[in-house]
Amino acid sequence: MAGIKVHGVPISTTTMRVLATLYEKGLDFELVPVDMKGGAHKQEPLISLNPFGQIPALLDGDLTLFESRAITEYIAEEYSDKGEKLLCQGCKKLKAITKVWLQVEGQQFDPIASKLAYERVFKGMLGMTTDPAAAEELEAKLVKVLDIYEARLSKSPFLAGDCFTLADLHHLPIIYYLMGTESKKLFESRPKVSEWIKKITARPAWVKVLNLQKK
Amino acid sequence: MRTILQGSLLPPPPIKLSHSSLLFSPSHSHSNLKFTSKSSPSPPTITMASIKVHGVPMSTATMRVLAALYEKDLDFELIPVDMRAGAHKQEPFVSLNPFGQIPALQDGDLTLFESRAITEYIADEYSEKGEKLMCPGCNKVKAITKVWLNVEGQQFDPIASKIAFERIFKGMFGMTTDPAAVQELEGKLVRVLDIYEARLSKSEFLACDCFTLADLHHLPVIHYLMGTDSKTLFESRPKVAEWVKKITARPAWAKVVDLQKQ
Repeated sequence: MAGIKVHGVPISTTTMRVLATLYEKGLDFELVPVDMKGGAHKQEPLISLNPFGQIPALLDGDLTLFESRAITEYIAEEYSDKGEKLLCQGCKKLKAITKVWLQVEGQQFDPIASKLAYERVFKGMLGMTTDPAAAEELEAKLVKVLDIYEARLSKSPFLAGDCFTLADLHHLPIIYYLMGTESKKLFESRPKVSEWIKKITARPAWVKVLNLQKK
Repeated sequence: MRTILQGSLLPPPPIKLSHSSLLFSPSHSHSNLKFTSKSSPSPPTITMASIKVHGVPMSTATMRVLAALYEKDLDFELIPVDMRAGAHKQEPFVSLNPFGQIPALQDGDLTLFESRAITEYIADEYSEKGEKLMCPGCNKVKAITKVWLNVEGQQFDPIASKIAFERIFKGMFGMTTDPAAVQELEGKLVRVLDIYEARLSKSEFLACDCFTLADLHHLPVIHYLMGTDSKTLFESRPKVAEWVKKITARPAWAKVVDLQKQ
């Protein structure tokens, strides 16, 4: 019995965010599948784990958490001595700047990029068709964000500083999906962004997350 | 005075910026507002607060930061940003926040943006001062606070801030509220508030039995919505209503609201 249990599914971007963190830390865990098609996430017992009816939820001993970005931060702090460091080490300044870029992902990048992934990838899985006008509008917003990323990554190898952190990791699932669509050109046309993506998607922990999808 | 290094434009050192705008800039339409949390009996002097907030008192994101500073009893300087003139989208502001949004905060040589990163920094860096803004205890207790911080940022705010935009901010920009949009948004918000009602039946505040940033982050948007028809969504839920009363009654919050009257 692993101490850590994750309730979720390998194709879910939010579940992938948590799995990536667990793999980076070299932690044992059990992935408990949730029957999304059957609506299990909106019913008991999952609703007692996450009242918002979304995956993933994480159990660690008697602690129950939801919201993927809260879970990853908990893992990074609770297991800070294990595996890869996921927060910049050092002074208050580095920690504060990491917080900034964690918020940038959650407030500036994800609201746009996840809608774009929905249009281009998930709608198809659900038997719906992409709305090209919506995709175009979202891409126009996303490029403005990516231009800022390009400038940032010209000054710093990773978003928060010189080391890979959760601020980079949180982007992995959505970027992974978008890189399999025509939206990839937005990333590929920006050299620093493109280099950053190559680096972060090549990480062994991320490869393990993708392998889960093939099972 | 601006230091320009090859390939990058750095924001001016904070003290020089505020000093020069205070004394030398005839086009500066607002005086820099300096606030000390404690009343000071000494004669006025030009003291340089190490914390500077670039923003405006009516901005929800700025208010979030001001609330945290007041809770912590920290001295700071509020440097107004001329939003109507688009100052937030131009230099020197975009060097502070490339996303062109207020607020930005400077503390010594540290520059931060994203209000929720700023408040977390304030709560961590000044954890010994003023009110505690994080649940005391081990990582597991802290983790629950992180959950509810994310709930505010990912579940509550995306809906509630759009309602505030429809009901209040559109009017300020000469646009009209879209009733259908409001109805749809309220339909979503009530589901979130039902979850809050259940949570607050088990816990005095969202994360634990003490007031934390997870509660504080809600204050600005709730403040605005409570001045509109949307207040019924909060008032009709007893635990939520009680929680709203408690958090909006905090002295630090009253100081933020007072700033709007100046």
